[in-house]
Amino acid sequence: MTDLYQSQRAMRAMRRAAIQRGVIAILDVGTSKIGCLVLRFDGPDAFKPSDGVGGMAGQSAFRVIGAATTRSRGMRMGQIDAMAETERAIRTAVQAAQKMAQIRVDHVIACIAGGEPRSYGLAGAIELEGAQVTGQDVARVMAACDVPDVGDGREVLHAQPVNFTLDHRTGMNDPRGQIGYRLACDMHMLTVDGTVVANLIHCIKRCDLELAGLASSAYVSGISSLVEDEQELGAVCIDMGGGATGLSIFIKKHMIYADTVGLGGDQVTSDISKGLQIPLATAERLKTIHGGVVATGMDDRDLIELGGETGDWDLDRRTVSRAELIGIMRPRVEEILEEVRARLDAAGFEHLPSQQIVLTGGGSQIPGLDTLGPRILGQQVRIGRPLRIAGLPERVTGAAFASAVGLCLFAAHPQDEWWDFDIPADRYPARSLRRAVKWFKDNW
Amino acid sequence: MQQVRAPRDPAPSRLAYRMQRLALTPSFRGLMRIGLPLATIAAMGAVVLGDQARRDALTLWVADMKSAFQEREAFMVKAMAIDGASAELAADIREAVPVDFPISSFDLDLERMQRDVAALDAVARVDLRVRPGGMLQMTVVERIPALIWRAGGALELLDAGGHRVAELTRRTERADLPLVAGRAADAAAPEALELIAAAGPLAPRLRGLVRIGERRWDVLLDRGQRLKLPETGAVGALEQIIALDQAQDLLARDVLWVDMRNLARPAVRLRETAATTLRQVRLRELGVQVE
Repeated sequence: MTDLYQSQRAMRAMRRAAIQRGVIAILDVGTSKIGCLVLRFDGPDAFKPSDGVGGMAGQSAFRVIGAATTRSRGMRMGQIDAMAETERAIRTAVQAAQKMAQIRVDHVIACIAGGEPRSYGLAGAIELEGAQVTGQDVARVMAACDVPDVGDGREVLHAQPVNFTLDHRTGMNDPRGQIGYRLACDMHMLTVDGTVVANLIHCIKRCDLELAGLASSAYVSGISSLVEDEQELGAVCIDMGGGATGLSIFIKKHMIYADTVGLGGDQVTSDISKGLQIPLATAERLKTIHGGVVATGMDDRDLIELGGETGDWDLDRRTVSRAELIGIMRPRVEEILEEVRARLDAAGFEHLPSQQIVLTGGGSQIPGLDTLGPRILGQQVRIGRPLRIAGLPERVTGAAFASAVGLCLFAAHPQDEWWDFDIPADRYPARSLRRAVKWFKDNW
Repeated sequence: MQQVRAPRDPAPSRLAYRMQRLALTPSFRGLMRIGLPLATIAAMGAVVLGDQARRDALTLWVADMKSAFQEREAFMVKAMAIDGASAELAADIREAVPVDFPISSFDLDLERMQRDVAALDAVARVDLRVRPGGMLQMTVVERIPALIWRAGGALELLDAGGHRVAELTRRTERADLPLVAGRAADAAAPEALELIAAAGPLAPRLRGLVRIGERRWDVLLDRGQRLKLPETGAVGALEQIIALDQAQDLLARDVLWVDMRNLARPAVRLRETAATTLRQVRLRELGVQVE
């Protein structure tokens, strides 16, 4: 776990350097498509206060100047399956985005959907003896969190402090400067399979790009699709992707749980392909053009040409009614949603004050999902689309680009993670200069 | 059987990808947009000018163009006019700056010509300009001789500042000018002129001034009389002698020289006969019989 953990700090520094240089790329490596956005950071002076545009959590600082998507290759269930193929697909997307932006990008921020993410809640507490809380105390309390045994070969992808408690007061965002006797901290840690991350990093390195950040795709979908009060009051974002369905639970603007169901749109496509005995490409087209999950009487009369090029007239001239197609798709979509429901129950989602459920991702565009969703998941279901960001082309504003847009927000305004805080002084090497400086600061 | 062709891979090759990234690098783009054309032009120029014959032809062509321009009618100077110079001096000037007319005004080095003309002793100042109409106008201010200096065996004319003007073959050619002699007399020419001016009443008798030991003046009068003046205050001493002369007819007597070198103790020398006569007179007055 140390390898990625060590490089997280370096990636943060690289992200800062890239923003200083003004250009950074976003790479959403999914199972069905790979999206690449090129962001240009104009700095905080892009808008004057008189323009009526505030900071907007860093969103006013950047603009999308290049966008490209390509069909994903060599990916399965959000993980890299054939590395050379994936590398080619990444090259295709990056090259097209660079061409549109007319600028070369060297730094990318990527997201990872697979790797079996697991969430852990961590807690730690320290005694303060009635002093003001300083940055060092925050570092100490985070260092005091007991790290569970995350398993062999697992890497920490996110480790965010979500809550600070000072004596009897809880729910604090920033305890610094306040006086108390006991400081406690709750932290959310997300681990993923190390080899999956290493493969993705290797793939990106082979495209001559530097990785300037890594995020969970479920997390970034959540920050782009959930509106602010949903994030504040409690909501889950369900990102129905091609190979995997990610879910991330937010409350008080922090992610407290994330998980992935290894089912997605690809399974729906393969069901159609198997059920109707047609190629996968045709099945994908049928799904996107004619698909649905709620059949009506009209759908029985809506006949769809299957087409084909085998030369066998009977085979090539088959038709199928839309009701039949829905009959194939619905059980699989139901299965995915039920699986999500099971994960939510396991996570204790029903205890949240507000239980807003937001469906996003490419799979959420299936017609009728807004009827099917509430039956399985709960009453408060809506279909979410990602936030609008400056310069985003119309064709990449759909729900399928929730994680790409989320990555843009993540790039502009990342949440502080464990590695962004000070290192506790007692963890420094004994002869460190910083330790000496700290001794001087403390004594004078 | 028809061959099933594999669909074209839309992915760029590694090389194409790298090339595109290189082409999008700002410094590389700048190099391609500015550096490469410049280098090409420089290389073409180097190749063309690498040949000696081409270089010579180019030089010749440039020289031809230049001379064709410079030798236009408007730029030609056809004659030189010298103002303010006597005939001999004008001849000297024409000798000093030989110019073959007609000549282009670009080829005239007026500064050097002015230096050359000003180097002539008889010329105090000279102004040169090319006047419209192809005339080289030279305005000369001549030095005016104020003294004749007998140096060694030669006679030279000096102006009021002591600068040499010309040589003189005979004293009688310029009988109107006073004569000075002695080493470095030219350096003290202004003082000599002051003395001559101060010697107004003596002017008919004045033969000349002699510089003694490069420091003081002797005034020579006719009948071999000599007035020795001090180094400083020479004019005052001379005026004193003149006053004495006007009061007591000093210089009309048989005086050989008047020595004013020490103003506190002026001295007069009589001629030998006068001195003897004076002594005999004194002796006779004392009752001494003299042969």
